[in-house]
Amino acid sequence: MTPLLASFDPPYWLSTVIKVLVVGAVVPTTALILGVVFLFKIMSWMQSRLGPQEAGPRGLLQLLADGVKFIQKEDIAPNGADLWVFKAAPLVVLSSTLLLYVALPASAHLVVEDLDVGVFYVLAISSLSVIGVLMAGWASANKYSLMGALRAAGQLIAYELPMVLAVIGVVIQAGTMSLNGIVFAQNGGAVFGWTGIGNPYILTQFIGFFIFIAAVQAELTQPPFDMPVAESEIVSGYQVEYTGFRFLIFFLAEFATAFVFAGIAAVMFLGGWAVPWLEASSDWYYVLGPAVLFAKVMLVSFIIFWVRFTYPRLREDQLQSFAWKFLIPLALVNIVATAVLKVVF
Amino acid sequence: MPQVPGLIKGLGVTFGEMVKTLKSGPQTTRYPHEREEPTARARGVIALHEENCTSCMLCARECPDWCIFIEAHKYVAPPRREGGKPRQKNELDRFDIDYSLCMYCGICVEVCPFDALFWTPEHEYSEIRIADLLHDKSRLAQWMETVPEFEAYEAGSEAKLRKVPKD
Repeated sequence: MTPLLASFDPPYWLSTVIKVLVVGAVVPTTALILGVVFLFKIMSWMQSRLGPQEAGPRGLLQLLADGVKFIQKEDIAPNGADLWVFKAAPLVVLSSTLLLYVALPASAHLVVEDLDVGVFYVLAISSLSVIGVLMAGWASANKYSLMGALRAAGQLIAYELPMVLAVIGVVIQAGTMSLNGIVFAQNGGAVFGWTGIGNPYILTQFIGFFIFIAAVQAELTQPPFDMPVAESEIVSGYQVEYTGFRFLIFFLAEFATAFVFAGIAAVMFLGGWAVPWLEASSDWYYVLGPAVLFAKVMLVSFIIFWVRFTYPRLREDQLQSFAWKFLIPLALVNIVATAVLKVVF
Repeated sequence: MPQVPGLIKGLGVTFGEMVKTLKSGPQTTRYPHEREEPTARARGVIALHEENCTSCMLCARECPDWCIFIEAHKYVAPPRREGGKPRQKNELDRFDIDYSLCMYCGICVEVCPFDALFWTPEHEYSEIRIADLLHDKSRLAQWMETVPEFEAYEAGSEAKLRKVPKD
């Protein structure tokens, strides 16, 4: 397998086209998968109902039908809107999602760009979506939109910090910021000298994992942290004035980001695309890697969406105090403990 | 952190509900494919027992939505006994209920002094055209077939009524 793949060395332009096409195809697909599996099916089961049943086999194509419906709708912009900014905002949010997929490794070589500072890149790019959200809120010429956008900005900045701090523990332990490097470190690691399951960092960085998932939940503006789009308070926040495919892009970006964040959590805490009993350098990972990563992503997404379907919305001040008074101090303590233990052992 | 046990319990509830749904089916029914029988006293549609109606118009006047339309004319009926006086009676010409206006409050059924109106649990009478929701006398009479047998009130309901404060 390796000689075959090694002989495939396309010119720069061709490899770029292939990468763009792959990311362009993967983003809507993952959003669709998460939407159908969790938003439609798991949520329905948790509420003792069946979910969509009519479109396609067991209603699995319902989201596709909804997407087509969104595309058919008229593209409306309000009279007072700052038209150019209004139309660009969803694309800025989506571009942040697309760029996140660049660094997510599906195996040692199945990665769009294997960056040495992958962790740093991911965290930096994920905060790009705030700009899109603020653009949407400001350009809509709507008070609810602006309120929602300001809430979103406050929330995303507040939860960016615990997210970064939670990840530092993993980086200290792995000694690298490359996402692939973290996977190798976990695969080759050992728990007190026992190499049976490698060393998935969820064992040592459990607090980090908890903080990361909580922060991801807030970054995605999902319940219980969905104040920016709180429909009972500010109608729908920054999405109020968006219709048709522009709203679809917001939806797509939210679920695709959920997938990629679950993927990053899987890479950093659950061992990524590698399974413990198979060496990370094995050629099998060309095929096995994406499947393993997908399974782990579904596991992490299940946790994210389980929390989403269980808890009601927090209050705005509770949201802020949860980040500043609880998560950030906890993350700092976690970093100190990790650093001390790293030096000691 | 006193909230933590409650938060974990909440996660347990949703997870348990998911397992229950997958194992023993959901609480819902897939309506057009399978039908759920409504309870006997469900407020589906109002039926008219025409023989009991005296065209007194009480229902039409009490209706908050003004969705009942009654027209009647008087006629002289033959005397009940030999040598008696001929009686004046009301002949019901029109009794329509516009179900596009009706809000199913049931006041007409409550106020009818002659037991001419009844609730029935039948509910599948939607129409393509909104005007077809105006049920005339004969249509309302057809609903009589679906009126369930009167069920006795549950024991002790009179005692409960007395407890209601006056003011």
